[in-house]
Amino acid sequence: MRLQVERNPAPVWFKALIPLASILLTFLLTSVFVLAYDANPLQAAYYFLIDPLSNPVRLIEVLVKTTPLLLTGIAVAFAFAGGYWNIGAEGQLYMGATAATAIGLQMHNTPAWLALPLVIVGGILAGMAWATLPALMKVRLKIDEVVTTLLLNYVAIFFVSAILNGPWRDPVSQWPQSPEIAASAIFPRLIPRSRLHLGFILALLVILGVWYVLSRTKFGLKLKAVGFNVEAARFSGINVERTMLMVALTSGGIAGLAGASEIAGIHFHLIDAISPGYGYTGIIIATLGALNPIGVSLAAVFIGLIDTGSQTVSRALGVPAYLGDVLQATLLLVTLGMLLLQSYRITLRWRGGVPAE
Amino acid sequence: MTSDIDAVVAMRGISKRFGTVLANDRVDFTLRPGEIHALLGENGAGKTTLMRILYGLYQADEGQIYINGLPVTIHSPKDAIRQGIGMVSQHFALVSPHTVTENLILGMTSGMRLNLDQAHEAVRAAAAQFGIQVDPKAVVRDLSVGQRQRVEILKALYRKARVLVMDEPTAVLVPQEVEQLFSSLRSFKEKGFSVVFISHKLNEVMAITDHVTVLRAGRVAGEVSTRDTNPNELARLMVGRPTFEMTRKFDNEQKTVPALVLEDVSTLDKKGLPALKAVSLVVRAGEIVGLAGVSGNGQTELAEVLAGIRPVTRGRVLVCDEDVTHADPQAMMAAGVGRIPEDSRANVIGQMTVAQNMVLEKLDQFSRKGTLDRQGISRYAETLIKDYQIKASPNDEMRTLSGGNLQKVVLARVLAQKPKVLVVAQPTRGLDVGATEYVRSTLLEQRAEGAAILLISEDLDEILQLSDTIAVLYEGRIMDVRAAPGATPHELGLLMAGVQKG
Repeated sequence: MRLQVERNPAPVWFKALIPLASILLTFLLTSVFVLAYDANPLQAAYYFLIDPLSNPVRLIEVLVKTTPLLLTGIAVAFAFAGGYWNIGAEGQLYMGATAATAIGLQMHNTPAWLALPLVIVGGILAGMAWATLPALMKVRLKIDEVVTTLLLNYVAIFFVSAILNGPWRDPVSQWPQSPEIAASAIFPRLIPRSRLHLGFILALLVILGVWYVLSRTKFGLKLKAVGFNVEAARFSGINVERTMLMVALTSGGIAGLAGASEIAGIHFHLIDAISPGYGYTGIIIATLGALNPIGVSLAAVFIGLIDTGSQTVSRALGVPAYLGDVLQATLLLVTLGMLLLQSYRITLRWRGGVPAE
Repeated sequence: MTSDIDAVVAMRGISKRFGTVLANDRVDFTLRPGEIHALLGENGAGKTTLMRILYGLYQADEGQIYINGLPVTIHSPKDAIRQGIGMVSQHFALVSPHTVTENLILGMTSGMRLNLDQAHEAVRAAAAQFGIQVDPKAVVRDLSVGQRQRVEILKALYRKARVLVMDEPTAVLVPQEVEQLFSSLRSFKEKGFSVVFISHKLNEVMAITDHVTVLRAGRVAGEVSTRDTNPNELARLMVGRPTFEMTRKFDNEQKTVPALVLEDVSTLDKKGLPALKAVSLVVRAGEIVGLAGVSGNGQTELAEVLAGIRPVTRGRVLVCDEDVTHADPQAMMAAGVGRIPEDSRANVIGQMTVAQNMVLEKLDQFSRKGTLDRQGISRYAETLIKDYQIKASPNDEMRTLSGGNLQKVVLARVLAQKPKVLVVAQPTRGLDVGATEYVRSTLLEQRAEGAAILLISEDLDEILQLSDTIAVLYEGRIMDVRAAPGATPHELGLLMAGVQKG
C-alpha cells in the first residue's frame, strides 16, 4: 500500500468549501483540548460562535474587539499584497498609541474638532515613522524586513514600558500607566452605553480605502505587480523601491492608527498591555482573509468572535481562556494546509495499481 | 500492434488526464531493442507526459506498460530504474558541488563505509565502456552543459539502464556537442541499447533516429520508419497541416541609418563579475542583427542593459542618436525601444489578468488622477487580442495562457508602441511550430516596416533564417560580425565555442 501525491488543481466548488472545511477541522482538532477539561466540545462551540451573537450587547462587544483587528489585519494585508513582509504591526501600533497619548495629554484646552484629528494623524505618523527604518534598510541595503520589523516590535514595547515606569508613571496611583488623556481627545461613542467608538468607523473607512486602492488605482496595480513578481515589475518600469517604501509606510500608518484608536476609544491612557498581540493577530487575519479587504473583514470579525467567546467559554465551562489562542493558531495552520493541499490530489493505492480510495 | 508486446518497452492504451486536459489519449508506443526512437510533437503534445509515466513520475489513468513482454507497474523512478529505464531530463538532477563519481553513486551505495577510490575506478570503467569522456574526479560545478549531460547519461548507464529516455537533449548544446552526443547515441544502439529521443527538431530526428512516433494533442498521429519518411511528412503529422516553408529573400538594399548603437559597452552580472567586455554593435533601421552564442556568455546581461534594468559600467548606448546609457525601463521605452524578454513567463505577472499585463508598462495612458480607466483597459486589451489573434479573454489570468499565447501578449504589448528598435531575446524558446512561425513572421514584418531588430537567440537555425547580419557573443565579447548570407552553422558553431578562425 502506498500514498501517492500528484499535482492537480482543485475544482472551484472545493475552493468555496475551504473556509467551512477549515473551521470544521479546527473544531475537531481543538475538541481534544476541550475534552481534556471534561467539557463538551459542542457546548464550547456554542459559546464561541453562537452565544456572542445572541444578544445586542454582546454583539456590539464583538465589534469592539474587532476594531483593532480590522486595522492591524488590513495593515498587514496591504503590506503583504505589495510583497513587503511587515511583521512589525505590533510595534507600529505601540508607537501610534504612544503618540496619541502624548498628543491627547496636551489637548485639555483644545476643542474636540481639532483634538480628534490631531490624535488620529499623530498616531498614523508615529506608526509610519516606526516603519521607516526597516523599510529604508530593505530598499536601500536589501536587509530582510521580516527580521528588522519583528525585532523593532520589542524595542517599541520596551520603550513604552520604560516611559511608563519613568516620566509617565501615574502620579496618583504610582501604577505604570500614563495620566488620562483630555476629554476632548476621546473618541465619541457610536452607540450610547456601549464601548463601540469612532475607531470602528475609521477602520471601515480604511478597509474601504484599501479596497479602492488595490482594485481601482494605478498605484494598487503597481504594488500588486511588485508583490507578485518583483523582477517582472522592474522590467515593466515600475520603481520597485519607491513602491515598496510607500507600501511599508502606509502599512505602518494603519497599524499606528490602530494604536491611537485603542487609546482614544478604549483605554484613555497608555498601558503596558495596550495590545494583547493585535499586530501578530493581524498577520493571521491577513492570511485567513487571503490579503483581500473583504476576506480580511470577515476574518477579523471571526477572530473577534473567538476572542469574545473565549472569555465566556472560560467562565461557563472552566476551560482556560487561552483556548481562544489555541483555536486561532490551529485555524491558521489548518487553513494554510488546506490552501496548499488544494493543488494536489492524494490517493491511496495498493501494490498492483488498484486504487483503494 | 499487440504483436509487439515483447518489445523492450511497449506502452498500450496509455491515458492521462490533468484536470480537464487530456495529456495522453490512448497512446500506444513501442520501443524495440537497438533502436533510436524519436518521440516527436509540438509543445504540449504529450511527449514528456508519456515518458514521465514510463519513468514513474506520473501514474497513467488507463493503460498498461510491458517491459520485455511482461506487464509491469511503475510507481516511481526507483521502479523504473529497476526495470532498466533511465531518463535524462532537460533540467539535470546533479549535485553541483559534488564530483562526478559522488553524483553517480548517490543512493547506490551499500553499507556504512564508502570506498571512494573503488568508486572512482568503477565510474572510470563505466565511462570507458561506453566511450563517454568525463573525469570521475571533476566537480560538476566546473563542467560545461554538454559535459553535465554526459554525466547524466553515464548516471543512467551506471544504474544498469538498457533504455535511455532523452528529453530534448540538444536544446542546451552547441553544434559540436550535438555531434558528440549523436555519436554516443549511435554507439549505444550498436551495443543493443534503446534510446527514446524526445524532440521537436525535424532535422535532428531525421539525422539520428530509426523510428518516429508523432504525437499531436495527446494522441498518436503516426508511427513511421525514419527511412521511409521526410521532414515534410513529419511536420504535417506534427501540426496536422503542411507547414509553409518560410520564404525569406535577402534584399540587397543597403541599410544605412543606425538605430541602435552600442559603443564599448561593459557591464557586470548578478554576482558582480564582468559579463560584457567592451561590446560594440550597430543595428540599422530595417535590419535584423542576430546575436548568436551559447547561453551564459553575456546575452542575458546585454538584453537587460537594453531593457534598462542593468547598469552599464563603461561605454555608451544610443537609440536613434539619443543617449540611453543610463536610462530606466520607462526611458528606454520612451526612446523607442521595444523589449521582448528572454523568459516571457517570468517577465509577466502570472497572477494578474491579460489586460492588466498589457497596460502595465503604460499605466499613465490608462489612468486619470491615479484611478484606473478600467473600460479603456478592457477595450484596449480586446483590440490587441483581436489584432494579434490571441486565444484568451482580457480577464484571463496570465498564467493560464499557453506559451504561444503568452508570447503573443508580450509581442502585442511591445508592438502596439510602434518601437523603432526591438530587442528580442529567445523569442521562440519553448514555443510550438505554429507559434514559432507566427513570431518569426511578425519579426520579419517589423523589419519590413523599418524597425531595427536585435535578435538574441541560442537557436542557430532561427538566427540563420531571420538575420541580415550575425554577431557571435562569447564570454562577453563579440567574436565576429558577418553577413548572414554565406554564414554556415559550422563556422558559427566554432565561433560560439570561442574558436577564432586562424
